[in-house]
Amino acid sequence: MDSPLIINIQRYSIHDGDGIRSTVFFKGCPLSCRWCHNPESQRFSPEVLFHAERCTGCGACTNACTHGALENRLSCTGCGACADVCLSGARERVGEPMSVPALCALLARDLPFYEESGGGVTLSGGEAAAQDMNYLEALCRHLVRAGIRVNLDTCGYVEPQRLLTLLPYTDVFLFDVKLIDSARHREWTGVGNERILENLILLTSRGAKIDVRIPVIGGANADEENIRQTAAFLRREVPGIRRVYLLPYHAAGSGKYAQLGRRYEGEAFFRPDNAALEAMRVVFAEEGISGVRIGA
Amino acid sequence: MAEQHGMNERIRRLRQQSMDAVPHIYMERAKLETEAYQKYEGSVSVPEMRALAFYHFMENKTIRIEPGELIVGEKGDAPQGAPTFPELCCHTLEDMHVMDERDLISFHVTEEDLALQRDVIIPYWENRCIRRRILSAMTPEWKDCYESGIFTEFMEQRGPGHTVGSEKIYLKGFLDYQAEIKEAIDNLDRLHDPHSLDKAAQLRAMSICCDAIICLGSRYAALADEMAAAETDTVRQQELRAIAENCRVVPAHKPQTFWQALQMYWFVHLGVTTELNPWDAYSPGRLDQHLNPFYQRDTASGILDETKALELLECLWVKFNNQPAPPKVGITLKESGTYTDFANINTGGITPMGEDGVNDVSYLILDCMDDMKLLQPSSNVQISRKTPQRFLERACEISRKGWGQPAFYNTEAILQELLNAGKSIEDARRGGTSGCVETGAFGNEAYILTGYFNLPKILEITLHNGVDPRTGKQLGLPLGCARDFATYDELFDAYKKQVSHFIDIKVAGSNTIEQIYAEYMPAPFLSIITNDCIKKGLDYNAGGARYNTSYLQGVGIGTITDSLAAIKYNVYDHRRFTMDALMDALEHNFENNDVIYSLVRNKTPKYGNDDDYADDIMKEVFDFYQRTVTGRANTRGGMWRINMLPTTCHVYFGEVMLASPNGRLAHKPVSEGISPEKGADIHGPTAVVRSCAKMDHLRTGGTLLNQKFTPGVVAGETGLHQMANLIRTYFSLDGHHIQFNVIDRQTLIEAQKHPDEYRDLIVRVAGYSDHFRNLSKALQDEIIERTEQSFA
Repeated sequence: MDSPLIINIQRYSIHDGDGIRSTVFFKGCPLSCRWCHNPESQRFSPEVLFHAERCTGCGACTNACTHGALENRLSCTGCGACADVCLSGARERVGEPMSVPALCALLARDLPFYEESGGGVTLSGGEAAAQDMNYLEALCRHLVRAGIRVNLDTCGYVEPQRLLTLLPYTDVFLFDVKLIDSARHREWTGVGNERILENLILLTSRGAKIDVRIPVIGGANADEENIRQTAAFLRREVPGIRRVYLLPYHAAGSGKYAQLGRRYEGEAFFRPDNAALEAMRVVFAEEGISGVRIGA
Repeated sequence: MAEQHGMNERIRRLRQQSMDAVPHIYMERAKLETEAYQKYEGSVSVPEMRALAFYHFMENKTIRIEPGELIVGEKGDAPQGAPTFPELCCHTLEDMHVMDERDLISFHVTEEDLALQRDVIIPYWENRCIRRRILSAMTPEWKDCYESGIFTEFMEQRGPGHTVGSEKIYLKGFLDYQAEIKEAIDNLDRLHDPHSLDKAAQLRAMSICCDAIICLGSRYAALADEMAAAETDTVRQQELRAIAENCRVVPAHKPQTFWQALQMYWFVHLGVTTELNPWDAYSPGRLDQHLNPFYQRDTASGILDETKALELLECLWVKFNNQPAPPKVGITLKESGTYTDFANINTGGITPMGEDGVNDVSYLILDCMDDMKLLQPSSNVQISRKTPQRFLERACEISRKGWGQPAFYNTEAILQELLNAGKSIEDARRGGTSGCVETGAFGNEAYILTGYFNLPKILEITLHNGVDPRTGKQLGLPLGCARDFATYDELFDAYKKQVSHFIDIKVAGSNTIEQIYAEYMPAPFLSIITNDCIKKGLDYNAGGARYNTSYLQGVGIGTITDSLAAIKYNVYDHRRFTMDALMDALEHNFENNDVIYSLVRNKTPKYGNDDDYADDIMKEVFDFYQRTVTGRANTRGGMWRINMLPTTCHVYFGEVMLASPNGRLAHKPVSEGISPEKGADIHGPTAVVRSCAKMDHLRTGGTLLNQKFTPGVVAGETGLHQMANLIRTYFSLDGHHIQFNVIDRQTLIEAQKHPDEYRDLIVRVAGYSDHFRNLSKALQDEIIERTEQSFA
């Protein structure tokens, strides 16, 4: 099996499911949401981030790069030779493979925290479910055997069989729903949403525990029409879901685009104010879904 | 930004008075002490001399009752008056000027004070004081080490007595104690006991001290009566009559009510902290458990309700805040640069029978600390497996407000630490922590802190063939220069030999100092309220307590671990640079070598990240230090043990050091407590906790972990629950203590720029909280730089 690339393992993660968790961010995602705050998680191949403020101008990277990528970023293969010689940490390779046993050993270090808090491991990304299935299944089997509960944070845009394979190991699915109108979905994320919504219905029909998470992006999907359509869809099609979260947009990831040498196209996005978020909760309540939480 | 603190107008006024008063020197104690010594010295035994001086003070000190006060008694003449103790440390006129003029931790001194010091105090005490005796008894090598910052010495200008007294003060009065003392005198075996003469003198001294504290109580009763007679406000008149009645009951008799129990504690506190200056960490200990029977009885009989009880607690809180720590100078000021008095309250925990100790008063104390937001008393909680989640989360709610209290102590760890040190299970369950985090068997133990020990400095000396590169003095053993160590094991072996060498010097010095205190500075009042001193006829300072421990506090475990890891990883394992190149970089404070600096800063395993490479080194250093100290005999019939805490000493210990191999620059603070070196921990709080838990806390007498959060991480229900879970998990892994600074970096930077606009800003320093504006620039910087755990 091929090891997927891992961007980061976030310990003391307290907003990705119940309790204290460790969240594994896998690299690569079938969507390319324009508001994405983890742009380094979109491609499946390794990349190099450049933190300009750390650079001391020592020039070690220019000698190390054999691809001419420092002159032309497009020729970067993500080999990381520049990062290896960069002592200041200005050049950082993102996306490292890791064997299942090594990853499990690392994740198991926080077992006492998971047990105390009712937490566990959250597989996220990028898109966890879009990674090598043999690897994912082995990982989940190991974790479950070690007594660690697994959450799968998914955009839902994967073959249904992938989700069904992971279902027996998954404690809770954190399932993103962004837009109900497929054309609008395609406009903002690059793909239509039919498969996503079908997968959500499928998982519900198989008895999965699901938290629906709706990133609320001012200027993209925060209009009343979409919120009302979403609420109506959830009540009609997947009444068994556990909770609904509204996750307001934040611009924390915008700086990463520059580090990747990309342009951020999300200047027009904004965080709906608290009154607007409260109004969305009311819309959900009117559509028969109460107890919507704001923030993770 | 002035917030209102205090439940009603009375408390707000008293609190404001306490905050506004200017810390100042209170000379009356020194004057009375001198008078008594001049009158009695040479004609009575040393303990009786001390007791008579104590009596003279209690009989003659100026007393007053502030408007609105319900708990009476002040250590000085008024709020923020700080007595001096010339018998311990006879301040020079220059010391007095420094105290008056220094920017931080200053004490106002008047011309009159200076004249008295010059004409009366100095001529009598200059050559008699303990500090003089101690310094002349120390060896040249001890003095060299002391001056070079290898270790500090707590008792150089402060008396022992950082402790918690017996809970028996709630069950009997000082007349009862006096009867017990008389019986002990009557029972002395003058026929067979070769020490019966000394014991008789000691016991008579204790009896005089009973008279002294009773005398103070009577004087307050008379004053309150007098004030009541002149009072026109009928409500206040009734209060004054009640105060007078309270002072007729306590301290002579056992307290009958909740109010009297608080007044009893306060009289005892005044007694202990004016007899000697135990710097002044005499503490109420398990206050909720002591007060609860009174609270239940008084509320059942209808003479007390929750509101009134809270008001009385808040009055007591103001009293603590009125007492600044005794004025310190020199190295002792550096190791403990604070007005804070370290009066530590442990709320929660378990009962002597092993049941959950949380009761109604526990919640009242939490409300009180939340409401009062005062540095003193240092209000902390003990959390056991049996502690209700509601109590823990209420404590977290207060803690996340960001001013450092309460800190959290692990009851099960304390219990095992005490059992491991030979205490009975019941004594252990009555125990807790005082000072910052120091474990003690409350009421039964003299657990005396002797000084801080600079673990990273010893590596510096090891790398220089035993020479301190700052002073050029040969302090350590000549075991070879840095380049002579062919392997890491050889280097580490040399480090261990040097550590042993310095521990020997420190312990020899402290054992001598213990004897000086036992002989010249007994504490007969403290001995009354410490179990077994009466029974043994022995002073607290001479081994009279049931248990007698001497603690040595290791400092800088994060810095030493990362420094050794940097050498092992880079010089020996991966040969990225040579030892010579490293030594050259250190000598030049890394200014000549960015490559080495970057490698050790950014590309080397560090403690605090749950990385076994570094953490294994931490364990080796800790284990060696722990083994080398623990079990040595002290001179009071007890043993040496360790704890791991710094107060403010990590700043001083950094000042005396050049750059260290982990990239810490010259003269910057070393790591504090068992926290990682600042900026070293990059994997979040669970990784920090896991690293810290690899230390064997149960073999210590306390460790200190400072966890800094930005407010966002602990916001909301989720933040609160997970903070509680983090604490529970650390404690399940045997962690001893954890405290939180919840503050964002920007606020601290602003506060540093505009101290006057942030007069209220309190931060957790190390085992205690302090006003940010009162900290030195170096310490402020250090707190700003401590890793900010920002995980949103």
